Amino acid sequence: MFDSSVFTSQFWEWFIIVPTVGGIIACFALIWWLGGDTGKPEEDGNVETMGHVWDETLEEYNNPLPRWWLNLFYICLWVSVVYLILYPGLGSFAGILGWTEVKQYEQEMEAAENRYGPIYAKYSKEAIPDLAQNPDAVKLGHRLYMTYCTVCHGSDAGGVKGYPNLRDDDWLYGGDPSLIKTTIMGGRQGMMPTAMQNGLTTDVDINNVTQYVLSLSVNEYDKTAAAEGQKTFQRICFACHGMDGKGMQALGAPNLTDNIWLYGGSAETIKETIANGRQGRMPAHGEFLGESKVHLLATYIYGLSADKP
Amino acid sequence: MTEKVTSTAGQDTYNYKVIRQFAIMTIVWGVVGMTVGVYIAALLVWPELNNILDVPYFTFGRLRPLHTNAVIFAFGGSALIGTSYYVVQRTCHVRLISDKLAAFTFWGWQLVIVLAVITFPLGITTTKEYAELEWPIDILLAVVWIAYAIVFFGTIAKRKVSHIYVANWFYGSFVVTIALLHIFNNLEVPVSMWKSYSAYAGVQDAMVQWWYGHNAVGFFLTTGFLGMMYYFVPKQAERPVYSYRLSIVHFWALIFTYIWAGPHHLHYTALPDWTQTLGMVMSIILFAPSWGGMINGIMTLSGAWEKLRTDPILRFMIVAISFYGMSTFEGPLMAIRTVNALSHYTDWTVGHVHSGALGWVAMITMGSLYYMIPRLFGRKLYSLKLVEAHFWVSTIGVVLYITAMWVSGIMQGLMWRAVNADGTLTYSFVESVQAMHPYYLTRWVGGLFFLTGMLIMAYNIFKTVTSSQVTEVNDAVVAPALAH
Repeated sequence: MFDSSVFTSQFWEWFIIVPTVGGIIACFALIWWLGGDTGKPEEDGNVETMGHVWDETLEEYNNPLPRWWLNLFYICLWVSVVYLILYPGLGSFAGILGWTEVKQYEQEMEAAENRYGPIYAKYSKEAIPDLAQNPDAVKLGHRLYMTYCTVCHGSDAGGVKGYPNLRDDDWLYGGDPSLIKTTIMGGRQGMMPTAMQNGLTTDVDINNVTQYVLSLSVNEYDKTAAAEGQKTFQRICFACHGMDGKGMQALGAPNLTDNIWLYGGSAETIKETIANGRQGRMPAHGEFLGESKVHLLATYIYGLSADKP
Repeated sequence: MTEKVTSTAGQDTYNYKVIRQFAIMTIVWGVVGMTVGVYIAALLVWPELNNILDVPYFTFGRLRPLHTNAVIFAFGGSALIGTSYYVVQRTCHVRLISDKLAAFTFWGWQLVIVLAVITFPLGITTTKEYAELEWPIDILLAVVWIAYAIVFFGTIAKRKVSHIYVANWFYGSFVVTIALLHIFNNLEVPVSMWKSYSAYAGVQDAMVQWWYGHNAVGFFLTTGFLGMMYYFVPKQAERPVYSYRLSIVHFWALIFTYIWAGPHHLHYTALPDWTQTLGMVMSIILFAPSWGGMINGIMTLSGAWEKLRTDPILRFMIVAISFYGMSTFEGPLMAIRTVNALSHYTDWTVGHVHSGALGWVAMITMGSLYYMIPRLFGRKLYSLKLVEAHFWVSTIGVVLYITAMWVSGIMQGLMWRAVNADGTLTYSFVESVQAMHPYYLTRWVGGLFFLTGMLIMAYNIFKTVTSSQVTEVNDAVVAPALAH
């Protein structure tokens, strides 16, 4: 009935209870005191004025408070009293219903789990490639995708700058069904260090590497700079992106040879990436959604590119 | 244009100069603030407009605070300070205590607004809603406000009548509470000339912010404008205020309950349950005192209903009071936890704010200015027909605006919570955005109507104050009438 963990001392409880209860009692007293009838009506139906005149013409009648309005006031006050008895409001008094917003959340989540959980659970034993052929499972996965994933990856799963396209068959961490599932369950933390962290100290260095990275996927680049950049690349960048620049899925290091870009493939953007580094974050969904939903999400995402070359 | 006016020689006069300045600037800022509003409403309908200007200064995020600050503090604030100077002088039967200090409040207030107009598009903001001004401007605003409080209460202290007229109670509560709210919500630690961080952290910051935010509505947009209502409605209707005791009851109950209501902006957040409940409970009680004000305003007309047929100024006032009643019914409803779960974060909130801001605040201001400006300048109102046109255009504008936002808001709320048989969301977020399009268009049209009305008013007032037909300005201090 009382939840004393909310307050650091009893003083604060009374600091709340006394003005609240006192204020409501004062409202009752005010309308009870002034709610009676007044004066006798004059011929226009209004009661006599108060006898004060301001600014030549301003006067006041002293009509009684309209009965319906008084009743409305009483109803509002009684509703408040009842509400404060039922719900937490008066200091640590928890209210006789025992309601809290956390409890309401937990109850609603539990009810939803009981109701919707079995719908998802029945697919969790089937292998993802098989499920990807099952229209019902894909439909469920698509709906989950529309609820939880579109904010970053877009409704068409095409991605935007910094958020990968899920429709192509290019994968930062691997496109194997189990890897897709791992990515969704545990999230990913992508990290491209800054030029300083990589020991690239001059603008010329950065520019050279930029030209080399460009040379891996397009034809137009500065050949001299790229040749210089290649040396630096093979001394520093290869550690994650590999000697051939094809990346390393275990580290989430992107393939630089396929002209597919997470942050953009212009010389300017590549230079920005090398100079300032990048931080990418895919949040973990396992605890939040539960494995059976993630299983269907992985099915949908796998299916988006499964039949692509 | 204000120099030619005459006054009764040799007699004490009221300070009308500062009121004239505030009254004219009310209209200027009204046009500016509403134009920005119409523009950002257009951005929501046609976001590609951003590509035309292609600079950050005029994007939605930077202009939205400019819109809210311009209409609330520039338009609303100039109207409130100006009319309060008019009302306090005329109902205390005494000139403002200091012309110099009053002039300082005018120029200081305008400076604050100009600084807002410059800094918001530049992206200089504290990010606290309705309190976006950075710390140097906050300090200036606090100084101006304290000067205003000295002028207002100093004048009341010098009054020639023993009873303080009801309008002044409301203006007074507005002056005191806004000082408190502004100072405490803007306690912040400067890190540079144009950047500061709030003195409060996390949920405390949120609570202080919404204590401020809701009482900006309660004490700026409500009690201030009720002060306006209590003077200008009986004056224009030529009827006594309906009930003195009703004004006592609703005044005290209103100011007591309003100050608690802020937490209803933070239902289902990290704010403790008990705080949310108190905010909701006080919001429900608030319904009654709010309607007390509406009843007192509308019933002041009893016995003079026929005037509504011929007097568009009075019609502005009555429609304003009706919108006040409607939004103060809607507010407590939306403060209820379960209703709020649907309405929060949707356009319903935007519609609710505008039924208050356009329907109540702007329309009571317009009615009051149409009454006051001819008297301030000693000239006849240029055209009553244009007032009539203004009335209809703005009424249609408000109705279009709020009905569009009701439909859009409730639809948004329902779309966001709709789930499929498997528990997934039926609609993605962008589908709900797409569904809003026709309503955003309707809202823009509504806003355009309202702005058009404001422009009609600006033209009418311009023709009025520049008219060559000058009658005598009745600014001689009136001797208090003997009690009868």
